Amino acid sequence: MNSSTTTDLVVQTRGLTKDYGDRRAVDAVSMTVRRGEVYGFLGPNGAGKTTTLRMMLGLIRPTAGSVSVLGRPAGSAAVTERVGTLIEGPGFFPYLSGRDNLRVMARYRGLPDSVADEALERVDLADRGNDRFKGYSLGMKQRLGVASALMGDPDLIVLDEPTNGLDPAGMQDMRALVVSLARGGQTVLLSSHLLAEVQEICDRVGVIDGGRLLRESTVAELRGDTSLRVRAVQIDRAVSVAMRLAGDDGVRLQDDTVLLDLPPASAPDVTRALVADGIDVLEVSAVERTLEEVFFEMTTSGLSSQEVA
Amino acid sequence: MSALIDTTRGELLRMRKWPAVWVTLGAWIALALMFGYLFGYLSYKTGDANFAEEGRTQAAILNDLLPAAIPDVLVQGTPMFGGALMMVLGAIVAGNGYGWGTWKTLFTQGPSRTTTVTGSLVALTGFVIATVLATLVVYAGVSSLIAISESRDLVWPAASDLARSVGGGTLVLEMWALAGFALGTVARGPALSVGLGLVWALVIENLLRGVGELLGPVKALTEVLPGTAAGSLVNALLNGATDTPGVVDVLSGPRALVTVAVYAVLFPAAAVLLVRKRDVT
Repeated sequence: MNSSTTTDLVVQTRGLTKDYGDRRAVDAVSMTVRRGEVYGFLGPNGAGKTTTLRMMLGLIRPTAGSVSVLGRPAGSAAVTERVGTLIEGPGFFPYLSGRDNLRVMARYRGLPDSVADEALERVDLADRGNDRFKGYSLGMKQRLGVASALMGDPDLIVLDEPTNGLDPAGMQDMRALVVSLARGGQTVLLSSHLLAEVQEICDRVGVIDGGRLLRESTVAELRGDTSLRVRAVQIDRAVSVAMRLAGDDGVRLQDDTVLLDLPPASAPDVTRALVADGIDVLEVSAVERTLEEVFFEMTTSGLSSQEVA
Repeated sequence: MSALIDTTRGELLRMRKWPAVWVTLGAWIALALMFGYLFGYLSYKTGDANFAEEGRTQAAILNDLLPAAIPDVLVQGTPMFGGALMMVLGAIVAGNGYGWGTWKTLFTQGPSRTTTVTGSLVALTGFVIATVLATLVVYAGVSSLIAISESRDLVWPAASDLARSVGGGTLVLEMWALAGFALGTVARGPALSVGLGLVWALVIENLLRGVGELLGPVKALTEVLPGTAAGSLVNALLNGATDTPGVVDVLSGPRALVTVAVYAVLFPAAAVLLVRKRDVT
């Protein structure tokens, strides 16, 4: 549904690189976020997610490469006023109430004070809006940060680990909020190390590890081919039949289950072969890999290839 | 321009509701009243010659407490504790935001970093001016009370004297507030900047002036330092001899004024340049 013309690209980075002394925190990251999508920026802690986002927001300067946001260089005033952000934890004045903190930000954005109240409502903080920020729980601080990012209905909303510190109910609310933002036409770029959350709400993901963007694609593409799961009474013989069909490398034994790297369409063939061999088949089913499995495969191989280099 | 108004309004809101700001400004008013009126009045009432009033007649002491002396009293406290307190104010306004992460939040709201920092400086300047004016009002009230209770006529200072005093006092306080802002920006925090700034303003410059008596090059150096300039400016406003701490007779009035004004431009310019260039994490 999205064509990749420049106008549809809300964020585009080219060869984005950041060095801190000898350490390369972000290494030639080229990624694109399209208008109206929820983009998940995935990676383990310390992978370079926040550093990349900071460069996108103009908070730090890239060592090399470029970022354009909404068609302009990152960090210019014309861009930042159309971008709402929560980055690396919420930064607010501890002595001010949640409401006053939002009012300060609203004034900076040239918005009336009333948007602060609306924003508090949206993140369910209205009844604690007059309490001082320093008395907030981690989850409340996080929600205030999201509230601040929503003010003024920006075109792009960048949320760095928005569910940090939230309880399960709060996480669910946050996911619902992100989905509703995207439905309303706003583009959301969220970073996370929580894969289930990304799998649920993101259209596309970028996976970063060791500062390098390993892959960028839709969640479905990333999870990729499904495999077949076979359970049988005579498990050893089932494995040897499976190897005949899928090749030695295409078979894995997981507890009492055989996993075959074959498409779901080959289920009848597999079943026939097993039965022909006199094996009592308990189950033949298609399995989709979770994002988590894909992610661990990708990041561990990413690490080893880096060690080689 | 409208962006600057936006940032200034935001900064005014967050400073107005900050208890630390009111503690700092309250300390200034309390100290100014203590050294400007309370001690003088007590020594006048008791007739004891205290250390500051040594060798002065009761009549001279009383004259300093009457409304006509407001211009002198207003500037007397500015080079020493006034400047120190304003430096603390500037340092916390600029420095705390790095630890709290609020600069990071503010820099992503829309206005440029230059506009944001300038808005903060404008709001800070507003507080300095308001403080001087509030002090003026308090002084007018206290000195009137003293005049009435001592059955003296209410004689007000000449408007021109008052204007010179308000202008000079504001400039000195503003210079120190801006120095604090610049230090807080450099150090990215209030503690180090306040500590170093106070040691500089209260100790180092005095020591250097002492050494300068013996060494020519050091003397030349002290003549361009902010504390010396502020002390000399106040000295010029006081029209001569005084033993108020921090008030020095090193530079002529005009030269002191120019030096203070140059610092009042350099400090904020340095802060803005630094903020524009730096990575904010």
